[in-house]
Amino acid sequence: MRLEPISSPSLARQLGLPAAALGATVLLASLLAMLAGANPFAVLGQIVTGAAGSKFALLETLNRATPLIFTGLAVAVAFRAKLWNIGAEAQLYAGAIIAVLLGTGAIPAPFVLPVTAAVAMLAGALVLLGPVLLKTRLGVDEVVTTLLFNFIMLLFVSYLLEGPMKDPMGMGWPKSEALLKEARLPRIAEGLRLHWGFVLALIAAVVVYIIERRTTFGFEMRTVGANLNAARFAGVPVNRVLIQTALLSGGLAALAGWSEVAGLKGHLSQDLSPGFGYTGIIVAMLALLNPLAVIGTAIFVAGIFVGSDAMSRAAGVPTYIADMLLASALLFMVLAILLTKVRVVRG
Amino acid sequence: MTASDVRAGDIVLRLDNITKRFCALTANAGVSLDLKRGEVVALLGENGAGKTTLMNILFGHYQADEGRVEVFGQSLPPGNPRAALAAGVGMVHQHFTLADNLSVLDNITLGTESLWSRGKGRAAARVRIATLSSKFGLAVHPDARVGSLSVGERQRVEILKALYRDARILILDEPTAVLTPQETDALFETLRKAIALGLSIIFISHKLHEVMAIANRCIVLRHGKVVGEVDTHATDRATLAALMVGSDVALPKAGTKIPGPVLMRLRRISTKAKGTATGLSDLSLDLCAGQIVGLAGVSGNGQAALADLISGLTKPDQGQIAIAGQDPGPWSPRQALHHQIARIPEDRHKTGTISDFNLTENAVLEVYSRAPFSRYGWMNWPAAEGFAKDIIAKYDVRCQGLAQRIRLLSGGNMQKLILGRVLEPGPKIILANQPVRGLDVGAIAYVHSRLIAARDAGAAVLLISEDLDEIQSLSDVIHVISEGRLSPGFARGTRTAAELGFWMAGQGFKDNSHAA
Amino acid sequence: MSALFEILISASFWAAVIRIASPLVLATMGELICERAGVLNLGIEGIMVIGAFTGWLAVYQGMPLWGGVAVAMSAGMLFGLLHAMLTVPFGLSQHVVGLGVTLLATSTSSFAYRLALPEVTSPPKIEPFQPLDLPVLSDLPFMGEVFFTQTAFTWFAFGTALLVALILFRTPLGLAVRAAGENPSAVEAQGLSVTGLRMGAVIVGSGLMAMGGAFLTLSAFSSFFFEMVNGRGWICVALVVFGAWMPSKAVLGAILFAAFDALQIRLQQTPLGAELPYQVFLMAPYVLSILALILMSRRAEVPAALMTPYNKGER
Repeated sequence: MRLEPISSPSLARQLGLPAAALGATVLLASLLAMLAGANPFAVLGQIVTGAAGSKFALLETLNRATPLIFTGLAVAVAFRAKLWNIGAEAQLYAGAIIAVLLGTGAIPAPFVLPVTAAVAMLAGALVLLGPVLLKTRLGVDEVVTTLLFNFIMLLFVSYLLEGPMKDPMGMGWPKSEALLKEARLPRIAEGLRLHWGFVLALIAAVVVYIIERRTTFGFEMRTVGANLNAARFAGVPVNRVLIQTALLSGGLAALAGWSEVAGLKGHLSQDLSPGFGYTGIIVAMLALLNPLAVIGTAIFVAGIFVGSDAMSRAAGVPTYIADMLLASALLFMVLAILLTKVRVVRG
Repeated sequence: MTASDVRAGDIVLRLDNITKRFCALTANAGVSLDLKRGEVVALLGENGAGKTTLMNILFGHYQADEGRVEVFGQSLPPGNPRAALAAGVGMVHQHFTLADNLSVLDNITLGTESLWSRGKGRAAARVRIATLSSKFGLAVHPDARVGSLSVGERQRVEILKALYRDARILILDEPTAVLTPQETDALFETLRKAIALGLSIIFISHKLHEVMAIANRCIVLRHGKVVGEVDTHATDRATLAALMVGSDVALPKAGTKIPGPVLMRLRRISTKAKGTATGLSDLSLDLCAGQIVGLAGVSGNGQAALADLISGLTKPDQGQIAIAGQDPGPWSPRQALHHQIARIPEDRHKTGTISDFNLTENAVLEVYSRAPFSRYGWMNWPAAEGFAKDIIAKYDVRCQGLAQRIRLLSGGNMQKLILGRVLEPGPKIILANQPVRGLDVGAIAYVHSRLIAARDAGAAVLLISEDLDEIQSLSDVIHVISEGRLSPGFARGTRTAAELGFWMAGQGFKDNSHAA
Repeated sequence: MSALFEILISASFWAAVIRIASPLVLATMGELICERAGVLNLGIEGIMVIGAFTGWLAVYQGMPLWGGVAVAMSAGMLFGLLHAMLTVPFGLSQHVVGLGVTLLATSTSSFAYRLALPEVTSPPKIEPFQPLDLPVLSDLPFMGEVFFTQTAFTWFAFGTALLVALILFRTPLGLAVRAAGENPSAVEAQGLSVTGLRMGAVIVGSGLMAMGGAFLTLSAFSSFFFEMVNGRGWICVALVVFGAWMPSKAVLGAILFAAFDALQIRLQQTPLGAELPYQVFLMAPYVLSILALILMSRRAEVPAALMTPYNKGER
């Protein structure tokens, strides 16, 4: 077999194939449900109602989507420049550490939120700066280095929580002191269980979209990702662009950790992120790296997680079904998107 | 009938009514061809006429939509290179299919033993390669790493690969494009030995004098169709040229102009080799206003290094660049652009354009960071679209609109957009690296006329090409590059092709190593 | 300092080094085969998890230990097939597919574990591979303990590495695989199938990775728990680079790495361990891997066609 590019794919192809990918994911969900001895229709229904069936469920989904929008954006901008940042998890924790470090009394009240956010972004950016400098200076592949940094960062957090940042009032649990009230992101409305971090995530998506489409840096970033040789030949300062992209990406991922601590948890613990950094890759790929679409895919992915949790309690199907579905959705989708651009021919 | 009991004059290969379509393009339309034992048939045609596609079908890389292939009377299963090899068809690809990091022996024996066997025949393989080498005049060391060989040696490995598998039919795709005239003679010697031993050869080329020299018969392809089949004894070059092109295309007359001041001066520049690409060695060159300097040479002799240097992609390890008598400052692509150097890259798909970007984005690729296209870090897309629209109108780029992705343009239109992009800002120095490779006759004439016009307007042009005819017809001064060294400049018409070939083969440099 | 010296001359330390290196050797050979054929397989981390899980589950359900190894290998090959289908004929991004396969294999293990054992709170144990008690050899001083008290699985791991080296550099098949990673069109022009070779390499390589994972459950820890692979897969990717794509050097790298790992475990018990937080020691393997990558960054032995998909249409 051989792949042949399609010069102008039909609309049916462009919409039908991604839809088929989603359909295949749903089919897989049904099969897994049957495997677990549950009724597939009931399971699917429970996932949907669990994610969006009530105001409470919907708000829970949006809360869960907030860090995913940030990490999804972090991955989307990096992947746009073909900078393989798989280390959003580490950058997220860098942001969370700063939120606690500066949010427990170090910064006077009126400035604490903007300052912690800014410093958190800086910290996340610095975490990614190492791997990207190794890439631009020495040609070390950033995939493996960013992945390894995740493990290093988790151990570092563990050290902080058992040592210098341990809450003396924490009954021995490895968690940090709670943030001061002024350092916390308020809820959007009284009685509504959704914090301002969600709105900031939406704003971030729009800002990233504008950066990509309207700014000179955004154009440079896209050229580097689309064709490195041509970008270099045309005089695009490739290394500078990669470093700037890394700073943006790391900063965005750090905001995920910052907003989780400041908006939701109020303190840092080792289970702050159930892999938001890795899930950000799925979010970004499903959005085809489009920053605005990241909002939608993050909410979708969050819905699957929240819905699966609820379904699991009711139907007894293990909650890991969510991770399986999302990983398969990712693979189905990259294949579907490829097939909108090429057709398979013989010989 | 098998390969062994074929007598002279019997038909060994028959292509019957081959048709191959790629999307909308019909690469081959009902092509038929016979090849007899001991015969050389030339397949002649312009770039894009369908020669390579036809041979890829014969060899099984592609599968034909219609038609069949018969070798020694047996029908070949389509799309199966293994069957073609087994039937005795050997192909010498234009872009060598060799693994640089493996030895000559490994490259030749690759795939000749069952993958599930222990593979014991290395000593025997060595002996066999030595025998073939001496029999066909193809000297090459079996333990050398292919990456360390010269282009001519690599071609010998490529031919040995086919002979090692007992090929009875050899297909050579543009084999002389990478050879000096002298190396070409040696190749022809090898081919004559092969014919004497009963092999049959298909020789693909667009160079008429070579076809006349080696082929018995000549089949001319145009737009995927056979438009003529003639005995080389019964024809002449003019007839073939007319058949090949279809109509007479008036080639632009280059004329001459009195050169102005030196705009770019390279002094004793050396650069390191990059991987397998030759570097530059103590090279000096002046580019003068109103002059086309042609750079002749066998591919892989430092042309890429010189182009990279002038483009700003590499810095000299030794030596100086001066632009209008001044040190240009830290050398980079952006610096080259700043000094008004227009660069037409060798590979328009991989370096010249970004295939998934639209025409506007590709048009401003080199100027995007300057006003009015970029202000305070923001892109001014309306200005960029205006610039792209201008180029499209002035340079006759046929397209569906600015939002079209550039990969959907034909090669000629893509090249016109690149021409517009680099010429529109009014450059002082023009680097044209293989500017017409792969273009049809009309587009070639257009590109050449634009280069001449730019020269007449006072630009200094450096034309790099592997096509000696192109160099000779356009250049006011010709330099030859060989192993990174540059020959003295020869004024237009003062050297014959054979004399230039002498330099291309690396001779004459010892006495003139610092001349320029 | 004397504590360090005592550790380094103890036979139990070197026995542990060989033991810790075994899963790394298997998985690194798996990755090396894939990369030699031109495919970066980032599914390794997840494939090791699925190997650890399926191998353990098979034995827990009553299969013999080697049966568990075979089950693990088959599961790994299945995920290898998925990776190969997407990256070879379809030429999709090896980064994205690899990470996708890792996520899928990991979540499949977790899902199936919960499905198979819904009620358990502490991971059930199996009877793992036992050290081989060889007559005479095992009783040799020092050498006996280091080399001849290992399990059969360890011997299998190192034997596999030798076999991989022999096949890659001494057989027509190995030549074809290496050529596929250097220049696929050279392979195609000699009548071999690039697609077949690359897919085969990824599938076989994934089988080895899964057996490396199974070593963790069947020979090292005797039960399965989530996060048990814990970045070992990524470390193996680094080891392939460190070994400059040569099996012998990669095995040496794995042993060196295991030595540092065994050392950090033992240093935690020394006075130094009391002074430094234990996390510093746990970080050492990851930091070491990054250092190895930096150290090797200037070398250029990388297979020329690594991560370059091959499509016959684009010649």
